[in-house]
Amino acid sequence: MKPAPFDYEAPRSLEAAIALLAQHQGLARVIAGGQSLGPMLNLRIAQPSLLVGIRHLPELRDVRQTADAVTIGACITHAEIEDGRIPDPTGGLLPYVARRIAYRAIRNRGTIGGSLAHADPSADWVSALALAGAHVTVCSPRGERQIAVAKLLLGAFETQIGTDEILVSVTIPRLSARARWSYYKICRKTGEFAEAIGGVLVDPDNGIRRAVVGATAGAPIVLEGNAALPGCDVAALWAANIDDPYKRQMFEVVLRRAADRIAA
Amino acid sequence: MKTVNMKVNGQPVTAAVEPRMQLADFLREQLRLTGTHVGCEHGVCGACTVEIDGMPARSCITYAAMCEGAEVRTIEGLVDDPIMSHLREAFAAEHALQCGYCTPGMLVTARDIVLRLPDADDARVREELSGNLCRCTGYVGIVRAIRRVLDERKS
Ligand SMILES: Cc1cc2nc3c(=O)[nH]c(=O)nc-3n(C[C@H](O)[C@H](O)[C@H](O)COP(=O)(O)OP(=O)(O)OC[C@H]3O[C@@H](n4cnc5c(N)ncnc54)[C@H](O)[C@@H]3O)c2cc1C
Ligand code: FES
Ligand code: FES
Repeated sequence: MKPAPFDYEAPRSLEAAIALLAQHQGLARVIAGGQSLGPMLNLRIAQPSLLVGIRHLPELRDVRQTADAVTIGACITHAEIEDGRIPDPTGGLLPYVARRIAYRAIRNRGTIGGSLAHADPSADWVSALALAGAHVTVCSPRGERQIAVAKLLLGAFETQIGTDEILVSVTIPRLSARARWSYYKICRKTGEFAEAIGGVLVDPDNGIRRAVVGATAGAPIVLEGNAALPGCDVAALWAANIDDPYKRQMFEVVLRRAADRIAA
Repeated sequence: MKTVNMKVNGQPVTAAVEPRMQLADFLREQLRLTGTHVGCEHGVCGACTVEIDGMPARSCITYAAMCEGAEVRTIEGLVDDPIMSHLREAFAAEHALQCGYCTPGMLVTARDIVLRLPDADDARVREELSGNLCRCTGYVGIVRAIRRVLDERKS
């Protein structure tokens, strides 16, 4: 289908983009790679009156490194991460996940920030960056604030990001050389959104034992400490109100397979 | 209407477009470059895959107005490209197409595989092709054609 009419602006700075959002009070939406919003526009599920293009903004393509983290601009693409063109503080988790998102043609345009802001519970960054303990920085006329990726989703396609806020960057803590991770998903076809996602991260030097179950009905389930391993705390899944036995079986399987890969 | 400047197959193009116009429709209907096909219009089937700034991208979920300054290459613009000539021959020899609907997108993806992953094995070729659907061939001929080009370029 073809989208309903909308207007389009490509502001020259982040400040101007934020001003446009504030001015249009919830009727405008930013567009980064358009790889999730595009389908929604074409299907007329989304009918904003104004799209604010941001993928060209240098402020959103910035990459910064500190001793204990790497901060990636929101408009860095999945393909850039896949190819190792961005420093990876996770010992391979980021490129591993990136390569398994959708298809190369989508990854060439789709962005890490757009994926998080879109908040599809089955999307890969939502789970993988919660596993990595990342946080995002969002910016509005009121200034900047930070939100942990694990707390970002309020539900499916719903985040803490306000209608006048722009996700500026993602900050990913550095793992130690001894850290081990695994990320396992069940997809019905290569490149399709996952039916279930399981991830495990153990970093003894940083005191991290964490497991994530994703592609739930909302935010990923994050298990910390000894509950996370070994064998994984299945009770936590039951507690999270996953009562469809088929779904629960899949979550148990992805979590077990992720844990087995760490143990191996 | 928005004015947009881009390069299409090497030629500068300036046009007034409605912001909601998909790049695929712009190419097909305004520029009459009908080699780019449109299937699902939501990024899944790959029929509309073109090159934007040297990288494969879906032209159905990219809007023409958002391509300011971009370099777009369609299947028509790859006629004289040596890798594309090689792929065309291999596609014919290996029966990698039947109706041809998927073929322009398939070829753009295939060219990217050849350039970016010269050492790809068959499993990787299939993985990379997962974003291009073909209703006719069952993919065997397509994988063989790409294999042939990868192998011949090595020898
Ligand atoms: C066929 C297909 C298969 C896919 N498969 C997968 C998959 O397996 N796994 C996966 O994880 N993803 C998958 N995706 C989605 C893909 O990863 C998208 O790239 C991503 O979800 C959205 O990124 P984008 O930059 O294209 O965002 P856009 O489409 O531009 O925007 C998406 C939403 O986020 C908002 N937004 C974007 N950027 C910002 C920002 N900086 N600040 C605030 N709000 C913002 C927009 O307003 C919009 O609401 C698939 C997409 C397609 C078309
Ligand atoms: S028409 Fe663009 S991916 Fe199907
Ligand atoms: S040749 Fe007919 S769809 Fe591929």
